[in-house]
Amino acid sequence: MIFHAFLIKYGEIGIKGKNRYLFEDALIRQMRYALKDVDGTFDIHKSQGRIYVECEGEYDYEETVASLKRVFGIVGICPVVHVEDQGFEQLKKDVVDYMDQMYPNKNTTFKVEARRGKKSYPKNSMEINCDLGEAILEAFPEIKVDVHKPEIKLNIEIREQIYIYSEIIPGPGGMPVGTNGKAMLLLSGGIDSPVAGYMISKRGVGLEATYFHAPPYTSERAKQKVIDLAKLVAKYSGPIKLHIVNFTDIQLYIYDKCPHDELTIIMRRYMMKIAEHFAKESGCLGLITGESIGQVASQTMQSLAATNDVCTLPVYRPVIGFDKQEIVEIAEKIDTYETSILPFEDCCTIFVAKHPVTKPNINVIRRSEENLAEKIDELFEAAVNTVETIVVK
Amino acid sequence: MEIYLDNSATTKCYECVRDIVGKVMCEDYGNPSSMHRKGVEAEQYIKEAKEIIAKAMKVQEKEIFFTSGGTESDNLALIGAARANHRAGRHLITSSIEHPAILNTMHYLEEEGFRVTYLPVDAEGKVKLSALQEALCEETILVSIMYVNNEMGAVQPIEEAARIIKGYNNKILFHVDAVQGFGKYRIYPKRIGVDMMSVSGHKIHGPKGIGALYINEKVKIHPIIFGGEQQKNIRSGTENVPGIAGLGRAVKEIYTDLDEKTAKMRALKNRFIEGIQKIDDVVIHGVTDETSAPHIISVGVAGIRSEVLLHTLEDKGIYVSSGSACASNHPAISGVLKGIGVKKEYLDATLRFSLSEFTTEEEIDYTLETLYNCVPMLRRYTRH
Repeated sequence: MIFHAFLIKYGEIGIKGKNRYLFEDALIRQMRYALKDVDGTFDIHKSQGRIYVECEGEYDYEETVASLKRVFGIVGICPVVHVEDQGFEQLKKDVVDYMDQMYPNKNTTFKVEARRGKKSYPKNSMEINCDLGEAILEAFPEIKVDVHKPEIKLNIEIREQIYIYSEIIPGPGGMPVGTNGKAMLLLSGGIDSPVAGYMISKRGVGLEATYFHAPPYTSERAKQKVIDLAKLVAKYSGPIKLHIVNFTDIQLYIYDKCPHDELTIIMRRYMMKIAEHFAKESGCLGLITGESIGQVASQTMQSLAATNDVCTLPVYRPVIGFDKQEIVEIAEKIDTYETSILPFEDCCTIFVAKHPVTKPNINVIRRSEENLAEKIDELFEAAVNTVETIVVK
Repeated sequence: MEIYLDNSATTKCYECVRDIVGKVMCEDYGNPSSMHRKGVEAEQYIKEAKEIIAKAMKVQEKEIFFTSGGTESDNLALIGAARANHRAGRHLITSSIEHPAILNTMHYLEEEGFRVTYLPVDAEGKVKLSALQEALCEETILVSIMYVNNEMGAVQPIEEAARIIKGYNNKILFHVDAVQGFGKYRIYPKRIGVDMMSVSGHKIHGPKGIGALYINEKVKIHPIIFGGEQQKNIRSGTENVPGIAGLGRAVKEIYTDLDEKTAKMRALKNRFIEGIQKIDDVVIHGVTDETSAPHIISVGVAGIRSEVLLHTLEDKGIYVSSGSACASNHPAISGVLKGIGVKKEYLDATLRFSLSEFTTEEEIDYTLETLYNCVPMLRRYTRH
């Protein structure tokens, strides 16, 4: 079957009242971006309260669908067949043909749902439903009509051309990126943070990301892995500005001055501070982390409170209540899992103590940090000034 | 400054190799099987390379087969010979410190129903010949032992092994993986009772993606790749003419003034070993005397994970390997080091420095200086 267009179904944005056009325009913009590198010429437009992707000439069907499935805001993608309006008898033939090709197994149920955009058409919607239904029943004796719960809902739209569709390929849902500002993702090389970025972006939020590397303790490959992960997330979120921060000196300074069992917590507090610095600089409205309660020592309720303590922006933790397996399932779905599990050391684990504190007391931590007073501002400045920023898409 | 001390992973191409590879790719690009002149020209390059390699090994030209590299040569030798000779028996012998190209092929053959004995090594990293003697049996059809171990440079007692094998039963085939030894030693397989020998291009300043396998004309072998029946149907597929020409040129170049080159490498190796022992808690694995390979040094530096030291040196422009580069994408502890009884604190703290004829004294001294400076600093910061 050759499809000539896709009808795009979108859910939530349909109910946004007067702002509706903003959401629709954002959705169209994201769809254009998603189809930019797909083989084919696409015309994306709004028409009678719907969004259509018209495919002109030859195009790569699989790739088109795969790309649209990554556009947040799309609830369903319906592949559409166009036929010329050459009278009702011809339409009957075309519809029977369509059913025959799409559904080799006729032992099923269907109903016809016609919409008449062109009001001058000689039959009204009810008549079209009945007459086409009859034609299909005649052509395929095994098939049955079920108007309440049909297996196949055959949609016929009468416009200048006639549109036939019956399949809905599920989209990712959510809202189009760009309708809800921007946030800064703390991206490590692990499984959780790419998932967290994906989940927040799904609500229409654009992403920036900060990654901390610690040469020579972490390698070029670990950094490349994070860039690769950002690329995978960017397939959904659109381009990501990635800030790569050299964290080694801060880490070693903390190691020199603070109790080793508090190392991870204090380090994470500085990571939050640095990420927040870049977030504010580029107008992000929040931070995103992949933390999940209790997963590791630095993610107990006490530890989370201790890291949260340094931030003034809201910190979003979309996987906070997820078990590892649930996070892994999403990571597999969005294709970041395989990359995440590549075994390169990340900077959180290089100096990790055998028994890190699991219930840090904020006051104790703050007191330990006083030992850093001498040089930490200078090191903070240096880390911020030597940042390497790349746009990943 | 770029100091490349990872020559057992791969080497820089000779310029003459690059030139001939480019020429074959862009000018003499014919298919050697074509009947026209372009094909004949291309075939000339193959003939010439065969001639050079056969001469370097003192074997017949018709006993040289080209492959995609050391790994394929090893696969062809083991799988091809095992399948062709399985009626004579289904027992194979190898050592426990072989390259994964041998070990994983042996594991595959075990699944195919062959029985494999893995010989242990002594503290110097040399295969125990007494174990070889004991392992040989009626069923044995093939023995495979490497010439130089890639992780610490132990040279294996190939001649003695050949005598033991052939003394037990002249029909048992003996394969040698000489990927690390070829180009450092003059190895004449036929003279010492070796029936098959694998070599690789990119370890001897030749191109990647090309290797060769010497197969004694009397050896029965089955192909493992099927197609247009090139290379007497032992290895189908259009010959990699640029690679073959490059390999030939590299072999010619590396064996020119070989003794001076290896003497220079050995002197640098000794200089490095002497220098590095000034650092506390450092060990050199395996033997370091004249019987060891001239270009490989395996060093354990207690208290610093090899990855960290590797990246520190990288930052100063010095490139080395942790353990063996071929297997170190997944940071598993080296089985070879464990096999020779290296102490636990050195197991994941070992670097391999490997030299080439291009390595200079200044480079060695700079590397030592860098180590003197950064080892104490790195030892201050450790995981608890």
